[in-house]
Amino acid sequence: MDSTAPETPRGRAPEDASPREDLLGAEGLSFAYGRDLVIDDVDLSVRAGEFVALVGPNGSGKSTLVKLLLGSLEPLTGAARLFGRPPRSVHRRGRLGYVPQRPNLSSELPATVREIVAAGRLTDGRWWRPLSRTDRDEVGHAIASVGLSELSRRPVNALSGGQQQRAFIARAFASEPSLLVLDEPIAGVDAASQRLFRDSLVHLIREHGAGVLLVSHELSAVADDVDRVIVLKQRVLFDGRPADLAARGVGSLGVHPEDLPIWLEQLS
Amino acid sequence: MIVADLMLPFPFELGFMQRALLACVAVGAFAPAIGVFLVQKRLSLIGDGIGHVAFAGVGAGLLVGWAPLWTALAFAVAGSLGIEWFRARRRTSGDVALAIVFYSGIALGVVLISLGGGLSADVFAYLFGAPLTVHPSEVRSIVGLGLGIVLTVVALRRALFSVVTDEEWSQVAGVPVRALNLLLAVLTAVAVVAAMQIVGILLVAAMMVLPVAAAQMVARSFKGALAISIAIGIGASIAGLGVSRVAGSAPSGTIVLVAAGVFVVVSIASRSAHRIRGTVEADV
Repeated sequence: MDSTAPETPRGRAPEDASPREDLLGAEGLSFAYGRDLVIDDVDLSVRAGEFVALVGPNGSGKSTLVKLLLGSLEPLTGAARLFGRPPRSVHRRGRLGYVPQRPNLSSELPATVREIVAAGRLTDGRWWRPLSRTDRDEVGHAIASVGLSELSRRPVNALSGGQQQRAFIARAFASEPSLLVLDEPIAGVDAASQRLFRDSLVHLIREHGAGVLLVSHELSAVADDVDRVIVLKQRVLFDGRPADLAARGVGSLGVHPEDLPIWLEQLS
Repeated sequence: MIVADLMLPFPFELGFMQRALLACVAVGAFAPAIGVFLVQKRLSLIGDGIGHVAFAGVGAGLLVGWAPLWTALAFAVAGSLGIEWFRARRRTSGDVALAIVFYSGIALGVVLISLGGGLSADVFAYLFGAPLTVHPSEVRSIVGLGLGIVLTVVALRRALFSVVTDEEWSQVAGVPVRALNLLLAVLTAVAVVAAMQIVGILLVAAMMVLPVAAAQMVARSFKGALAISIAIGIGASIAGLGVSRVAGSAPSGTIVLVAAGVFVVVSIASRSAHRIRGTVEADV
């Protein structure tokens, strides 16, 4: 436990997140696929009200790190913490919003935007209950926050790639999360959608004190709002304010320029 | 009350036809209700696969002298959980896992039955069914079971939908993915075994897929796909059974052909509708 993280009430409403609560963390985290060490001695934390970007070249272990943090993978050494506890012991996940990389909705069956987003209300052990009026309202708000209200009764597989991605982001918003983890959420999303996306993220952080971990190659849409950048290439190469990263120059980190995320080039 | 003679018009005016109708309509409702999720998991052929494992269970029952219903159920549940186990561990694709279970099942069934004294008319009935000779108590159990399955699926449809469309997300979101997958596997096994006694493996396995395949071409929501699948399943059961009476053809086979016919018609109609819509949009 991080001694600076105060005791916080464990409610699920985002307002309950105290400003300093440690939402997500790693200490000495390592992981290997077979003999290939993919994550090597990683420390990190995401606190309430904080907007953290996790960047790194392809194959740097970003997605693996996310899986470790959320308990989908067991670490080789070290420990991950979700809301201050081992991730696998956190069964009620209503405070967590998650946007997976390339959410693969196989298009065998039609499903409307509303049906996809409503799945976001299944968390917190509510998976067997019918939708309440509150649930319906929250689903409506989440859809509106990504600008899909007019398309909410359309089948998702009839929408553009960017619109589909917004539907999956709305699903993560629907549980009113106090921690949002997004794996490459804006790849392939058009500029207008990116602005909407940025606005809803900033709203969630400023108004509800949520913490956000955004894994990305391209951060131009949100670069101004990020509090902290973590550069990952198997190990943590940099963890600090974007301005400090720009001052140091990315080259000093030993990352090959061609592997650089687009926005890092702009900084340096 | 279910088995009393009802005042129905030809071809359902006789008691045995009414019992067959109830049994086939029950299967026409509950098979697609499960099938919607199986098709989405790309396990369309699981009904047939489980049916063949259950067939091996029948063989085992006949060989050791136990009631075939229970040995078939035990084999079917084990086979269904086995497929889920293989699939969940990504040891192999759902497709290959199915094929392994399917072929071992039917081979084991043939071997066990030949050891037990050869293939008989009874065994034929398990494969293709004999709805016209269905007993009143069997009608009651299959209708009761059907109601149970449909109500369970409707109550859990959102969670099941989430699990079959996006398993990774559901896991992270705290939806009990494993429990729901196991529930679906057990429901599939129970449905196949219960139905195979009465209407045969062919009908229940086909009804898990054909109505769903037709529905997904016209439905515009998941809820709609579920409702339309069940409606097509029930409609094909009534029409197919009626035609089989008139034509003197095998009931289960006729019902399946009607369902396949619905699929073909819907497929052609929705394609031309798309083309017309496409032309209109191009003109605008």
